Amino acid sequence: MKEVLRCYAEDPFDYKPVEEVLVKFQGVKGALIPILQAVQEAYGYLPRQALEYVSVKQKVPFSRVFGVATFYAQFHLEPRGRYIIRVCQGTACHVRGGAKIMQALKDELNLEVGGTSEDLKFTLESVACIGACGLAPVIMINNDTYGRLTTEKIAEIVRAY
Amino acid sequence: MSKVSITINGRAVQVDSGTTILEAAKAAGIDIPTFCHDPELTKAGACRICVVEVAGARNLPASCTTPVAEGMVIETESQRVINSRKTVLKLIWANHPQDCLVCEKTGSCRLQDYSYRYDITGSTYKGERKEIEFDDTNPFFFRDLNKCILCGKCIRKCHEVNGAGAIDFTFRGFDTKVTTAFDVPIEESSCVFCGMCVDICPVGALTPKQGLRQGRSFEVDRVLTTCAYCGCGCTFYLKVSNDKIIGVSPNFEGSLDGHMCVKGRFGWDYIDNDNRLKTPMIKKDGEFVEATWDEALTLVANKFKEVGAQYGADALAGLSSARATNEENYLFQKLFRSLGTNNVDHCARL
Amino acid sequence: MSQKRILLCAGTGCISSGALKARDALIEELNKRNMANDFLIVGSGCHGFCEQGPIFIVYPEETFYCGVQPEDAAELVEEHLVNGRIVDRLLFKDPISGVRVRNHREIGFYAKQMRKVLGNCGVIDPENIDEYISAKGYEGLKKALLMEKTAIIEEVKSSGLRGRGGAGFSTGMKWDFTYKAKGEKKYIVCNADEGDPGAFMDRSVLEGDPHAVIEGMLIAAYAINADEGYVYVRAEYPLAISRLRIAIKQALEYGFLGENILGSGFSFDLKIKEGAGAFVCGEETALLASIEGERGMPRPRPPFPANSGLWGKPTCLNNVETLANVPLILREGAQAYAAIGTERSKGTKVFALTGKINNTGLAEVPMGMTMREIIFDIGGGVKDNREFKAVQIGGPSGGCLPAEQLDLPVDYDSLAVAGAIMGSGGLVVMDEKTCMVDLARFFLTFTQNESCGKCIPCREGTKRMLEILERITEGKGEEDDLDTLQDLAIAIKDSSLCGLGQTAPNPVLSTLRYFMDEYKEHILEGKCRAGSCTNLITYYVFADNCIGCGVCKKVCPVDAISGERKVLHEIDTALCIKCGACIEKCKFDAIKTR
Repeated sequence: MKEVLRCYAEDPFDYKPVEEVLVKFQGVKGALIPILQAVQEAYGYLPRQALEYVSVKQKVPFSRVFGVATFYAQFHLEPRGRYIIRVCQGTACHVRGGAKIMQALKDELNLEVGGTSEDLKFTLESVACIGACGLAPVIMINNDTYGRLTTEKIAEIVRAY
Repeated sequence: MSKVSITINGRAVQVDSGTTILEAAKAAGIDIPTFCHDPELTKAGACRICVVEVAGARNLPASCTTPVAEGMVIETESQRVINSRKTVLKLIWANHPQDCLVCEKTGSCRLQDYSYRYDITGSTYKGERKEIEFDDTNPFFFRDLNKCILCGKCIRKCHEVNGAGAIDFTFRGFDTKVTTAFDVPIEESSCVFCGMCVDICPVGALTPKQGLRQGRSFEVDRVLTTCAYCGCGCTFYLKVSNDKIIGVSPNFEGSLDGHMCVKGRFGWDYIDNDNRLKTPMIKKDGEFVEATWDEALTLVANKFKEVGAQYGADALAGLSSARATNEENYLFQKLFRSLGTNNVDHCARL
Repeated sequence: MSQKRILLCAGTGCISSGALKARDALIEELNKRNMANDFLIVGSGCHGFCEQGPIFIVYPEETFYCGVQPEDAAELVEEHLVNGRIVDRLLFKDPISGVRVRNHREIGFYAKQMRKVLGNCGVIDPENIDEYISAKGYEGLKKALLMEKTAIIEEVKSSGLRGRGGAGFSTGMKWDFTYKAKGEKKYIVCNADEGDPGAFMDRSVLEGDPHAVIEGMLIAAYAINADEGYVYVRAEYPLAISRLRIAIKQALEYGFLGENILGSGFSFDLKIKEGAGAFVCGEETALLASIEGERGMPRPRPPFPANSGLWGKPTCLNNVETLANVPLILREGAQAYAAIGTERSKGTKVFALTGKINNTGLAEVPMGMTMREIIFDIGGGVKDNREFKAVQIGGPSGGCLPAEQLDLPVDYDSLAVAGAIMGSGGLVVMDEKTCMVDLARFFLTFTQNESCGKCIPCREGTKRMLEILERITEGKGEEDDLDTLQDLAIAIKDSSLCGLGQTAPNPVLSTLRYFMDEYKEHILEGKCRAGSCTNLITYYVFADNCIGCGVCKKVCPVDAISGERKVLHEIDTALCIKCGACIEKCKFDAIKTR
């Protein structure tokens, strides 16, 4: 065990937040899910190193920690941006240039679909249809909808965030 | 223990209270199919192939998890039960490769056995199938998760019996699979390659690499033997085909309930290895040359005497092997103490 | 001068309609006039009439204002609070008679309700324990603490209270099993993992009257000898969680929770566990697995939680609404409680009215009221004067009942016979524009997505059922699909491990039972009579109604509509993607489907 922990000390990953979480839950029965919730709160997602650390410290097999983390919809294994951009890929948006809007967003943010910017500001996702076909092409940024988009408008919208 | 009276398939039987319907049926000589049940593991009740009809119950309970109760009337092969089992089998087939002709598991596959029993020739359901990459990344076994029916026995064995906890259910619903944390190759996980998961897999999802295409279960002879690696005395079967050992299969009836470790399970290929030592070797002029046992033992005895006389007995040390029995190890330490030293150790400590 | 009281609904529904902004505007307006100290502004729990939010009630007149927006604040203060004149335009307007109503009791939505469990919701400040106490709060607990434990259990048994979360098992029996189970350590767990789409009564009770749930748990814990309890709440209910936290803190301060409660020697520790996003955790054994920190996968029963539950200890699980009934039973007596309802379904039930209904919201009614009364008298009937087609009751585990069943008394047993379940009490009303095949597909999509994946019938079977339904709604159905659906549904019901799988086929079975014609039309004639399965319909301009205004042409995302101004327009069906944008925009009902 000491060996393992010494390895952690040499790892550039910041273990402080997960350590603090574990201190808070010391001795609490069945705390794995609240621990993961707190770890996600601290890092914005569930980093692999943090999960491994939780596994070692809580004496729960790593596979089980991962199994729990992938069971619940709330948990994310990849960092996600503060702003989730959902680009509608429905038929209406598609024929009105949804793909071009997606490309413009990719270029503007330098991201692929499903990707998150390095500053953790934006996550780019595609969505089947958000039911605002009359406004096509449409994107949503968190809960705000932007419709009748053109590629020229993209930069302005994104930069406002 | 108190007894309860129940009726199974019209037969009145008395069984211990607390036994499950599955156990009661077995005792009465009635076979109920199971995928996810294993007597030494936690009850899962997951595969639902073992459901039975209990008079008065709304649904069909799983016989592996339901305890008998006084006066219970059970039908293990009613039409309703058969319909449910057939549906379960068809549902498995709708999401399972149909390559029995080349599957290593053919002949010892429960999916095949039950499909035969219930006359299921495949699936009529169309739709999405799993597409998971075939995994041959570890040296000992193949993982074809497209064949996995998610009975979870491998997981329970890994956590409850071995304690390695290398794999678990991950993701959810239709996307559920059995993987390591972050789905890294098995070798990078806490797996110790005991192979017990391979042995209890009811289908062809986990198959040993050794003996590939050299004989399926019905084409090999099985020879009961005792493992030569250590003093535990695990017994298992050597699978023999054309006078060659092609694999090992556990002896579930043995004193160790079929438990094994990596050495006994996968480490037998030294048997036919050309580099295997068959006589003692003595180094002469920098080269090892074959010798007789008498020559070798005389040499060792003389060297012991020399070293002892020149440097004292504590200049000698003996390192014994876990492959020797307890009795042999006892004699080994006796030998060294008779030479005048307590410097005795054993490779299992390393 | 005594303070006047202004109550505003601070439930999740009204807050998302802007209740807090309207409140701030009101306070600002009062400050401007130096009147802030004359009025006590109190946030209450949900009034149930979410459709009309934000809701403000001015006391003592009890004037019921709906849809109050920040810009209405000045007028409200000037007219009502200063001049004592009611602001007519903010009153509720009866959808049928068009008459403005001043007091909520005169509104049809409330007139036929019997608000017992919701009695405090919308009346007291849920963040103030004193208000709960002055509404006879914790009297049930005080009474219980003086009773024999078996007498409490007997009282709950004879009240006839049955679980409000789904299956409708006798609450008293459940307590009795846990009471009799061997073991020193026992738990009580409140299931607040309300996940049915369209059900929000548990959220409303937790937000509007959290102490009632705590009191119910305390009585249960005392009766079954539990000293520790958990409330398992969905993480999606942040307001409920925060109100519950406040309530627990206050109850501790007042000595209703903690060590030696009210000097009785009974101690109870209550904790909150937040869910992490899995519908299946509403199933009791999955919920326990989740509290223990495992994947929320159901475990086989027996052993039942009453004997071996949380960490293998005897555990009693009750739903929020069930527990909120308990103080009432203790306070008013089992006999008074059992006087309400039918032979085998006692008390009241809260329903969430949603779908194509005029009055969307929460309604509490005595058991046994007919579906017709609930939908038409309380719910105000079907929206836009359309024809009633069916009602889906009990969420994804429930069934769809047609118009012939409207006079069915709503109680556990009648619903079961008709092929539905009480479930948690979601009531989704559908009109002729709802396709029943598509509805079945919708519910299956939900359950399939939420299947935990443990047992084969549910994991693989719901997937195949969904695929068949998808094919039928896409016009690719085949004749034997209906038999396959039926067979699969029965096998999944018969052999699934937990309640989720055992009930997942219900929406399909009930629609097959009552709306077989629609399934057949889809498959044999390629027709969707509701006009909602896009593959089976075409859009056309109804010549009699089109005035050639050009709105549809402008809104069409694919330029499929052509026509000169003031001339009949035309839709090019080859280009049309059936997005519905034109139908939505046309003011003359000139675009139709066939």
